[in-house]
Parts: sequence; C-alpha cells; structure tokens
Amino acid sequence: MAEPRATAPDWRLVVAGLGAVFLLAAPPFLSAYWVGLLTQVVILGILAMSLDLLIGYTGLPSLGHAGFFGVAAYGVGILSTTYQAGVVASIAGGFIAGTGLAALLGLIVSHVRDVYFLMITMALGMVLWGLSFRWIPVTGGDNGIAGIPRLETLIGLPATGPIPFYYLALVVFAACIVLMMVLVKSPFGLTLQGIREHEPRMRSLGFNTWLHGYLSYVCAGAFASVAGIMWAYYNGFVSPTYLDLTASSELFLMVTLGGPATLVGPVIGAGAIVILKNVMSAYTARWLLILGIVYIVTILWAPQGLWNLGRHRRS
Amino acid sequence: MNAVRALLLVVAVAATFISAQTNDTRPPIKIGFMVPLSGGNAQNGRDILNGFLMYLDEIGYRAGGRQIELIVEDDEAIPAVGLTKARKLVERDEVHVMAGALLSSTGYALAPYITSMKIPMVYPVVSADDLTQRRRSEWIVRTGWSGSQPNHAFGEYAYQKLGIRSVVTIALDYAFGWESVGGFERTFAAAGGRIRQKLWVPLSAHDFAPYLAQIPRDVDAVYALLLGRTALQFMRQYEEFGLKGRVTLIGGGTTTDEHVLPFMGDEAIGTVTALHYSAALDTPANKAFAATYRARFKKIPSYYSESMYTGGKWLIAAINAIDGRVEDRAALVEALRRVRPSDLPRGPMELDAYGNPIENVYIRRVERVNGELQNTVIDTFPRVSQFWTFDPDRYLSEPLYER
Amino acid sequence: MTYFVVQSLNGLFSAALLFLIASGLTLAFGVMRIVNIAHGSFYMLGVYVAYTVAARTSSLLAGALLALFVVAIVGFLMQRFFLRRFASQPLAQMMMTMGFALFFRDAALMLWGGDPFTLPTPRWLTGSMEIGDIVFPWYRVFVIVVAALVGVGLWIVNDRTLIGARVRATVDDPEIAAATGINVARLSGGVFAAGAALAAFGGVMGGPILGGYPGMDFELLPLAFVVVIIGGMGSLKGALIGAIVVGMIDNFGKALVPELSYFTLFAPMVLVLALKPTGLYGRA
Repeated sequence: MAEPRATAPDWRLVVAGLGAVFLLAAPPFLSAYWVGLLTQVVILGILAMSLDLLIGYTGLPSLGHAGFFGVAAYGVGILSTTYQAGVVASIAGGFIAGTGLAALLGLIVSHVRDVYFLMITMALGMVLWGLSFRWIPVTGGDNGIAGIPRLETLIGLPATGPIPFYYLALVVFAACIVLMMVLVKSPFGLTLQGIREHEPRMRSLGFNTWLHGYLSYVCAGAFASVAGIMWAYYNGFVSPTYLDLTASSELFLMVTLGGPATLVGPVIGAGAIVILKNVMSAYTARWLLILGIVYIVTILWAPQGLWNLGRHRRS
Repeated sequence: MNAVRALLLVVAVAATFISAQTNDTRPPIKIGFMVPLSGGNAQNGRDILNGFLMYLDEIGYRAGGRQIELIVEDDEAIPAVGLTKARKLVERDEVHVMAGALLSSTGYALAPYITSMKIPMVYPVVSADDLTQRRRSEWIVRTGWSGSQPNHAFGEYAYQKLGIRSVVTIALDYAFGWESVGGFERTFAAAGGRIRQKLWVPLSAHDFAPYLAQIPRDVDAVYALLLGRTALQFMRQYEEFGLKGRVTLIGGGTTTDEHVLPFMGDEAIGTVTALHYSAALDTPANKAFAATYRARFKKIPSYYSESMYTGGKWLIAAINAIDGRVEDRAALVEALRRVRPSDLPRGPMELDAYGNPIENVYIRRVERVNGELQNTVIDTFPRVSQFWTFDPDRYLSEPLYER
Repeated sequence: MTYFVVQSLNGLFSAALLFLIASGLTLAFGVMRIVNIAHGSFYMLGVYVAYTVAARTSSLLAGALLALFVVAIVGFLMQRFFLRRFASQPLAQMMMTMGFALFFRDAALMLWGGDPFTLPTPRWLTGSMEIGDIVFPWYRVFVIVVAALVGVGLWIVNDRTLIGARVRATVDDPEIAAATGINVARLSGGVFAAGAALAAFGGVMGGPILGGYPGMDFELLPLAFVVVIIGGMGSLKGALIGAIVVGMIDNFGKALVPELSYFTLFAPMVLVLALKPTGLYGRA
C-alpha cells in the first residue's frame, strides 16, 4: 500500500530537482513563445495534479474533470467582462463557482465507483459543456467571452507581459503543489489511499468512506478551479472547448501517462503533452497520428505512468 | 559530357544565386498562416490552404521585390490552440502578417491578441458579422464575407423572384446559423413574407428526422443553413421523408457549397442558395482558377478554396503596393484596406470602411451538367455590402441577429 | 398522431443503430472489464472500409462483409497484442484504447481525406413507406428489422450455446470462469473482435443515412456509453432496453424541447447512476 522507499538516490529526485530549477530560472533566457508554453504547462500541471487527487489517491477515475476548470474560467470571464467586477471579486467568484459546483455534484457521484464513476462524470461533463454552449445570454455560446483584462495589471505588478504572468502562475503552482502534498500525506490523504486499496476494509474500520470520497471530489474541484481561473487570465477569453470531452480526455491522459498517485507525474504528463503537441505540429500535419503512437508506446513501456517507472506498485 | 553538364549546372546555380542576391537585399517576408488541419474540420482547412498555395505558386513566392516564406500551423479548430499558434507565429517566427482561421470562435479569440500586438491579419473565411461590425479591429481585414450578407439579398429575392410567401427555416444552432437566418428573415419579412417556424439543429445532429417530421407540407419553402456532413445528411433525408418535390428547398450558400456538393446525389438538384462564389461562375478569371485548381488538387474548388486564393491575392497586392516594406505594419494594414486587385474568381470586390468586402452575391441553383452537380448562377446582386441597403450607423445601433 | 407515429418509428431506428454499436461495447466490458474508447473508431472504420469497397465493386453487401472482416481483425490484433497484457489493469487498458482512438482518427484522415460521404442505399430499399400522412423511409424500416435479427441472434448465441455459456460465466466472475477451465484470454479476444465487428456493422447500416466523416468516431461514442450504462455493463438485455430508452428520448427530446437537446441524453444517465450506481441491469 505505502510507496516503497528508494534504496539508492532515486532518479526521480534528480529529475524533479532539475525540473524545479528549470522552471524557476530558465524563463528569462527563453523567448516569449516558450515562456507562454511553460505557463501552459504550469497551469495545466495544477489541473492535472487536481485530477490526480481523484484518480491516483482516491481511485475515482473522472472523465469530466475539465468541467470545474471550465466553470471557474467562465466565472472569471463573466464577472470581469459582463459585470465589470474587480479582480478579487472575479477570482473569488470563479473559485466559488467551480468549488461550489463540485460540492453540489459530489453529492450525487460520491457513492458511485469504478467505471460507473467514469461514466457519471463523463455525463456530467457533457451536461456542463452543453450548458456553456447553450446558455448563450450568459456564456456567449460557441464564441465564448473575450476581453478578460490582464491579471498582472489588475493586481498591480510593476511589469506586464509573459514573464511576470509566468512567475505569478509559478507561485500559484508552487502553493498548490505544497498544499496537495500536505493533503495526501495527511491522515485524510492516507485514508483516501486506504479506500482506494480496499474500501470495505476501511468501512469496517469505521471510516465514513462516502464522506472521504466526497471531500476528495470537492478538493479536486477546488484545485481545478484555481487552474481554471489562471487559464482564463492567461488566454484572455473563455470558450466551451475548455470543458468538452476532448479536454477531459486529454487531462485524463496527462495524469495516467505521467503516473497517478505521484502528483509530480501528472505535471510531467502535462508538460510532455503540451510541448510534444506544439513542437510536432510545427513540423507535420500528422502530429495527431504520431501522438497516438507515442501514447501507445509509452503505455507499453510504462503502464503505471512515467513517474512510476521501475516502481512496483499494487498489482 | 558529364563534366560539362556539371559545370553548366554550377554556372546556372551560381547565376540564379547571384541574381537573387542582387534583387534580394532584404530578408524574406514571413507570412503566418493557420487553419484546422486535424480533426473534423481538417478538409475545410486543407481547401483554404490549397487556394493560398496555388496563388503563391503563381507568383513564384515573391512579392514587393522580396522572397515570401510561408509558415503553416494547425489551429485544430480550438480557440485556445489558435491563440497559442498565433503567439508562436508572432513571437517565435516573427511573422510580418498573418492569415487564416476557419471558425468564428477562433476569429473572436484571436482578435484581442492581434489588436494588442498590432499585427495585420487577413480573415479569409470567418464570417461572424460582428468581426467587421460592432467588435471590429483595425488590424483585421476580412476578405471573405459576413454571415448575413448574402442572405439579406436572398430574402428579398426569395419573395420577389421565387414567389415564396411562407418559409420554415432549419439551421445550425450557433451564431453562423442565427446570422444567416436573421439576415434572410429581415429582408424576406420586410418584403411581405412570413417565417412560419424556425428549427434549430445542434451541431452534433446527424439524424434530421425529428426536425423534418415537424415541417408542415403546406409551406412554400424550407430554408436550410447547414454545412459539411450535416448538409449531406440533410439533403439525403429531405428526400427520404418525402419532402423533395413537395416543398421547395432553398438555403444558405454552404448548404450546397462545392466542399460537399460532389458527394450529394440527384436529391440536391433544384436547391437554390445564395453565396458570394460559385465554382460554376462563368467568368474568364473563375474558369481559369477552377480549371487550374482542379488539375492540381483533383477536386472542384469550394468557396473555402477560393477564399484564400483571393485572400492571398489581396494580401500580395497590398505587399506590392508598399514595395514589400512589411515592417511598417500600419502601412501594410492601410494598404490591405485600400488595394483593389482585379480578375478575382468571385468577381469585383472592394473593402468597406469597416474592413468587410463589398462583393457580388450570386443566386445559384443546383443542376447536373455533364454528369456533375454544380451551382449554376441564375442571378446576380452586384456590389452587396454587409449592411445591405441599410444605413450603417443605424444598423450598428441595432442588436446582432440572434435566435 | 402522424407526428407521434413518425417520431416513434424514428426512435426505433435510432435505437436499432445504438443497439448494434452498444451491444459490442457492453459485451467487451462484461468479459474484459474494459472501457473501450476506441469503440467509436471501429464504427468509423467500418463505414470507411465499406465505402472504399462499395466504390470499387458498387456492391454494398460486399462492402459490409469486408468491413466486418477487416474491423474484426483490427479488433482482434489490438486485443491480442496491446490489451491482453494489461488484463488486470483497467486504467492502462483504457489509456491504450485512447491512444488507438487518436491514432485511428488521424490515420483515417490521412488515408481517406476529410470529405464527408454517404454510402449508396440499396436500390430495392429506396423510397418511403406511405400510409396516409405517415411517411417513413423503407431503408430505416430495414435497419430496424436487421437490428432485431442481430439481437435475436446474439440472444441465441448467448443463452443457448456453449460459447455463450462461457461468456456468461466470464461476465459473472472471470476468476472462477478461468478456474473452471475457460480460456478467458482467448474468449476475450473473440468477444472483443466480435464487438468491433458489431460496431463496424452499425456504421455500415447507418452509412446510407448518416454517412462517414471525420469526427464521427467520437460523436456516437458517448451515446453508446449512455446506452450501456443505463442498461448495465455486460448485459445484452440491458443494451436493448437502454438503446430503446435513449433512442426515444433523443428523438422526442430534440423535437419537443430542442433547447435542451444537449442535456436530454445525459440527464437520464446521471439520474440512473445516481439512484442505482451499477445501471438498471448491471452487477456490482
């Protein structure tokens, strides 16, 4: 159940250390375009980690997680443009919208397990997408909402542009990763992993497994909302494509390819997918075909995800 | 013998190199281009790109005394991806000008970035009305059309020339559908016609039976606004449910556009639609264009194909007008609004003060000629503006067409 | 009344197509516990292969048969070489099918281009049935009949043959089934291939009406999942009932409350799962 301790200095430590140094120090030396891609990696990394709480730590595979991300983004978009709300109100509104929705939907999904969980979350995701597409007076429909002001200006940073925004996102990212690490190492997080391994046993030990599943769902929704808020400010617009099935599936792949129940793995997954897509599509129109092959080969090579390579987790 | 040949080759290469050197003291002009090249809209994107490639070949990739370098990106028909690719083209490839985009959602998503970066961009296809109306950008020039533009003309035509008095509309349920139906309804109703019912079809619809069963048989005509595979499926099912031959079918231009027409059967014959282009347009410029396009890509050109042939011609004319000094972006965008290249496949065209074309609208009827379906032009509305005959200021003070 | 009859008949037509697609999905899940994201790709490949063959031989029947054969082989190979090795890892299996779904999607675009097409309607099935004001195409009637026959065939195989008994035993409990001497791995390969062929068959049957086009792979997939979930994964009877429920709701929903057409399909699924977490006929 517990993750085995590494006997030699683990390659994971080296990679994580190098990655952290790179994220911290490299951007000033990179072009604006690459800083933009790294910003995407960092924001989608938060999102992927939030899904990891569900898939990896609680054993609840969600295929509709982009819903909370999108709803929070819409919260920011609608408040800051239609209602001209201030930055604090916009962010709070986005966060409350995403998290509140998770708290609401959690009530009807938290007793569902396994593949049925996958399906009910997919259905809810489709409903949310339909809402964003169809509730035109509020969401702008297919065209979405554009004109979200820049976050750096709103919070009074001395400089604007890709690099200040990147570091802002990096700070949020760091805060999220620390919070989530504390969460999964806490008694609450350990209970979640116990439920993942053997729910009936945990129930017979007196744990309220429904409540734990529910809280995990709400937490995942909350972190996804944070990512959604940053994404809305990063792009400056919101669109139904933020929360469609394609988005949720890609997110699912980020977590499972990167390595569930590791937090870092999903960030690696997000990074790999963002970078691969953008670099490959500059050279070939057949990038999707290659991406499919890369996925297949990666799964053959590391079925538990990249970050779990060489580890023997539960069979 | 071989040695002589090799020597000649070297001389020839050197000669071209030197001559290129003397002409080209300036670095190449970089054009960034994006359309969907993967996923469900890939073929439309491919058609647009093909038209552009064809024109660039015609001019030998040279304009304003400079070489042209084309950088193509796939926007996946996802607005956020389009924005990422725009950033790549502008910030990494440092293009001088951009062109492309297919969907309105991508068009709207790009606009604020384009404006903030002050980078000229040509939209050859995106037809959302507001992009050259209430939400226009001085840096965006549209060489395509606005959704309601041909339909203003068509509403009047349907009443006056086709003798249609009552209509049921069936259209895709998003802005393109609303604007097309809205434009049609406005002039059709003003002429005295009556819209009996409006049916809105979700973009994911594949079976039209639930909608077709609602159409009353005593209506004069059905106006359909669909595109791609929905047009194909609709046409087939319209006949299946016994409506063809009983209720006249008219529609927006995309419903019978050449991107889907060759895949239809006799069920499409007789459908009357309106658009600013038809591959069957009988002018020397279009005949030459269509023949060359067909020889090269083994397909009839669609309006998408023509869009970036003309868009490319427009862009190159602007570059020539400023002698290739594309670094002066303000001059380039000013030239884009000013030039008026002639001999376009679609006929005469100029840009209005809002950056939208004033162009002919063709009323087309599907016919089978020499074994192939084509959009035979049966009437022409010359020089149609996006505001039709209305006063622009008054028009803009009214709300955008909605459901 | 006319309106009600036509919509009901068409609901049955939708149900027939959905049943063909969902029955393969539910069988594969029952036996292998696999969520096959690539199932829509089989549906798509079926139409494309049939189109290629029908265009060359101008025989829809030849196209249909070859499509079934080719897609069954593709399914079999996929199961044998890529899925079987992850027999007890549902997450890895699902990721694998996602990878294949992307691969097939772009491969189809590369091989066949992105233009939409429809398959020809067999000549003897063109035209419409007309009874008073009721107009309903013969071809759709044909699809309903064929799907019913396929349903009966599947039921006979499942309930009356040795293979069916093995399948049912494996659906109930793969471990005990293996202990009684059933070669679960080989059975899974067969069931997966048959499921792929059923999806391809659904594609071909729908081909003259819905046609083929890029993106069709992901369009019906969520609907097929809804059918399977409402019916309970692994249950053929459930798939039949689920298909009828979804087909009817879809048709009447689009006609009566078009504004909600994006929700009418998924709301019932959420409701069923919220109240009965394993579907109407599913086992935990």
